[in-house]
Amino acid sequence: MSVNIRIEHALKKYGNNTVIPDLSLNIRPGEFFTLLGPSGCGKTTLLRMIAGFNTIEGGEFYFGDKMINDLNPAKRNIGMVFQNYAIFPHLTVRKNVEYGLKNRKVPKEEIKKKTDEIMKKIHIEEYADRMPERLSGGQQQRVALARALVIEPDVLLMDEPLSNLDAKLRVEMRNVIKQIQREVGITNVYVTHDQEEAMSVSDRIAVMHDGVIQHVGTPKDIYQRPANLFVASFIGRTNLVNGKLTVKNGKCTVSLPDGYRFEMDNILDEEKHDQDVILAIRPEELVINDKEGIHAKVDDSVFLGLNTHYYVLSDDVHCIHTEDKDDDRFELIQESLIDEIIPNGTDVRLRIKKEKVNVFTADGCKNIVRGVKDDRI
Amino acid sequence: MKQKKQRRGFEIWTVFTWVIIALFLVFFIYPLANLLRQAFFDANGFTMKNFIKFFSKAYYTNTIKNSFKVSTLTTLCALLIGIPYSYFYSFYNIKGRKLLIIISVMCCMSAPFVGAYSWTLLLGRSGVITQALAKIGINIPTIYGMGGIILVQVSKFYPLVLIYMNGAFRNIDSSLMEASENLGCTGLKRFFTIVLQLSMPTVLAAALLVFMRAFADFGTPMLIGEGFKTFPVEIYSQFVGEMADDWGFACAISCLAIVITGVIFWIQKFATEKYKFSLNALHPIEKKEPKGIKGLAMHLYCYIVSAIAFIPQLYVIYSSFRNCNEVFFLPGFSLKSYKSAIKRNLIGAIKNTMTLGFAALAIIIILAIIIAYLTVRRKNFANEAIDTVSMLPYIMPGSVIGIALLTSFNKKPIAISGTLLIMIVACVVRRLPYTIRSATATLIQIPMSIEEASISLGASKLKTFFKATVPMMSSGIVSGAILSFVAIITEVSSAVILYNTKTLTLTIGTYISISYSLGVPCVFATITTLITVIVLLIYIRITGTEDVRL
Ligand SMILES: Nc1ncnc2c1ncn2[C@@H]1O[C@H](COP(=O)(O)OP(=O)(O)OP(=O)(O)O)[C@@H](O)[C@H]1O
Ligand SMILES: [Mg+2]
Repeated sequence: MSVNIRIEHALKKYGNNTVIPDLSLNIRPGEFFTLLGPSGCGKTTLLRMIAGFNTIEGGEFYFGDKMINDLNPAKRNIGMVFQNYAIFPHLTVRKNVEYGLKNRKVPKEEIKKKTDEIMKKIHIEEYADRMPERLSGGQQQRVALARALVIEPDVLLMDEPLSNLDAKLRVEMRNVIKQIQREVGITNVYVTHDQEEAMSVSDRIAVMHDGVIQHVGTPKDIYQRPANLFVASFIGRTNLVNGKLTVKNGKCTVSLPDGYRFEMDNILDEEKHDQDVILAIRPEELVINDKEGIHAKVDDSVFLGLNTHYYVLSDDVHCIHTEDKDDDRFELIQESLIDEIIPNGTDVRLRIKKEKVNVFTADGCKNIVRGVKDDRI
Repeated sequence: MKQKKQRRGFEIWTVFTWVIIALFLVFFIYPLANLLRQAFFDANGFTMKNFIKFFSKAYYTNTIKNSFKVSTLTTLCALLIGIPYSYFYSFYNIKGRKLLIIISVMCCMSAPFVGAYSWTLLLGRSGVITQALAKIGINIPTIYGMGGIILVQVSKFYPLVLIYMNGAFRNIDSSLMEASENLGCTGLKRFFTIVLQLSMPTVLAAALLVFMRAFADFGTPMLIGEGFKTFPVEIYSQFVGEMADDWGFACAISCLAIVITGVIFWIQKFATEKYKFSLNALHPIEKKEPKGIKGLAMHLYCYIVSAIAFIPQLYVIYSSFRNCNEVFFLPGFSLKSYKSAIKRNLIGAIKNTMTLGFAALAIIIILAIIIAYLTVRRKNFANEAIDTVSMLPYIMPGSVIGIALLTSFNKKPIAISGTLLIMIVACVVRRLPYTIRSATATLIQIPMSIEEASISLGASKLKTFFKATVPMMSSGIVSGAILSFVAIITEVSSAVILYNTKTLTLTIGTYISISYSLGVPCVFATITTLITVIVLLIYIRITGTEDVRL
């Protein structure tokens, strides 16, 4: 039943304002695919182009081999879950769920059978005869999901379906969604700007920025080997510092302003030349020790149970400021030890886990470490 | 502690409560009780003879049947015409939408006689269209009778449906429309299963309003009903007509009228109960561009409906400048009709109308603000009783209120019949429910904390009320008050019972002069229309065309 979605050179304009310049993507049958990106980057726009509620100014959209550019939204066989659920307030839960089947002229007994089945699966059968206004947010969300799934759509589209719920319910519902999606085996395109949510549910994630896809990959690939600096700093926390790459006898050495240097053996062949680089070091990729690394001083610490976060300041190496980290200090995470927390003002050295660290060209456009997987097509 | 509590009991609002109760007792409850007394008692004590008389003669019961027929058909037609109109208007970018809505509001708020009278000029026995078609051998049915009443009423009431429905449609979130489309339901089917269902409470409210107005409409059937007698016309002729010897009988019919409208009101409430959902659009529907044949058809539909409703109004204005004698319009234009109208006390009528309008409006606003405050902020038994009673006139036809007041105040201790004061009282009683509703709705929106802040900053309760509460309420009341002003200056059904030659108003002037002249009523109607137009333009200026509420 599930189908792949192919998008070729999609173009979207609102008047003269180009929101999506040229976007190509292949979403595989049965996968949980997430569009992730900052607000205003065009996620909703792209999703609504797939659904047929936005005009398409250029490019082609395919479900399997079928081009759907001009197909009426009602005929695309899409299940859609809206951000505000869009449950019909004048119909009972059961009638809401039946609605799509009735429009498809499914025989009566079958409507009942399918509706009962899906309501049972999503655990809303006990509310079947209630009016939606008397349901909690999470219950309404389930109704919306049931209504979208009961028509056995080829694809399921969800635009920030959890953003109206409180934090705890969000976690619960995302597991429900993930589990149901796996059971039904449907191709699912999911929009969110919550990266933790994206990581936890997705088979693959597309990170978008300004209408352009930056990186497509599994959560692990995207986190560990981000394709460019935007992805590295958008996903998870990261410390960015300027450095230099020098190549001598085929050996690559990265050096930092304070003289700390280390050898790297996983630089791409075509990038093996002397150049300025930017290092993206995640907080867990720094190790406090007293033998090697950046010279620094502990500035502050926060004990969070499992881990302890340290904020460490170096006189010579300053972190590059970004949108969500405007701080010279390094942020690092250590598993909490039974010993004392390192007191503020202590001189320490920060070793970088070189097998994990990512190195980008000075313009930030490319990760020059081997192992980046970007499989958008 | 105890002393403090007692002192609270004497606060100014308690005084207001009693003043309002006193006013209601004198000017509303007493007349109503009087109406009942006259219906059920004669010189010999309790009697049902008035009711027996009514129900034993088919002539009388037929008036109820007729009224039901006309009102039901008018309501259905107004819905049938108004709902598609509002659908096109709310969901598509119809060109000239501002003009359309302004025209619609004007048709709706025009004086009852103006519409009916202008239709007779067009489609009456000697109407221009009738005559023109007769010349080429086509005989069309005249405007007189049930069909004509429905035509006139529908062209006056469809805007109510349009404006009500526009409000409802704008509350539908676009994601509901998309969800429906996504689930395979579009076009007409979506309109019936989703759009109309979601707006059902409003459809019912609009239907009730149209039905009530049509049922209580006196001007239209009086002027063009002829043999087709409706209930309000019968009440009127029993009361002031040639054979009016029996006030008791008129009062009995009035009681029946209240019972009928009350039942209708209750049925509507009951029907609306079923729809227990509220709509609140985060993303209202974006208006589509009407394209192709469909777009053209929509435009044609809206323009034709508006034209049919509006052209008669223009024709009256045009006719006021034509030469005429008692029976025919003559070639050429002049201000002759204006001169004769001035002889017939046009100036006095304008003065009376404006005095009536402003005086009644001032009283209405003051009372509405106080009553709203009492019922929202000082909930207690007395104030809730005030709230309920003040809504009663909503279901009472104007002529009934007229009769109740006249029979109560034509002798001492309060002999005010034949004065402008009694007409002011009638208008206040009739329009008060509307203004109270909007004042209450506004006040509920204002958080109590603002008043508390004012008091904590040292202002007295009364000062807080005038300096903080009233100014904040005013925005919600002003637009409604302007509409009330129009309704007051075009008031017919109670005025026709209460007026005398000294208290002639513009609409009554129109009504009386129809019997002796062709041009003079046009002049009275034109002046009424002119004032209405000016006031409505101010109103639209304030509210904006998209937020018009009637
Ligand atoms: N109807 C519209 N007309 C004009 N511009 C629009 C319209 N809808 C969206 N845009 C613009 O297109 C861009 C992308 O919007 P979109 O809604 O797709 O963002 P998003 O990624 O879904 O953001 P969010 O996470 O805030 O929902 C934004 O710059 C927005 O201003
Ligand atoms: Mg969005």
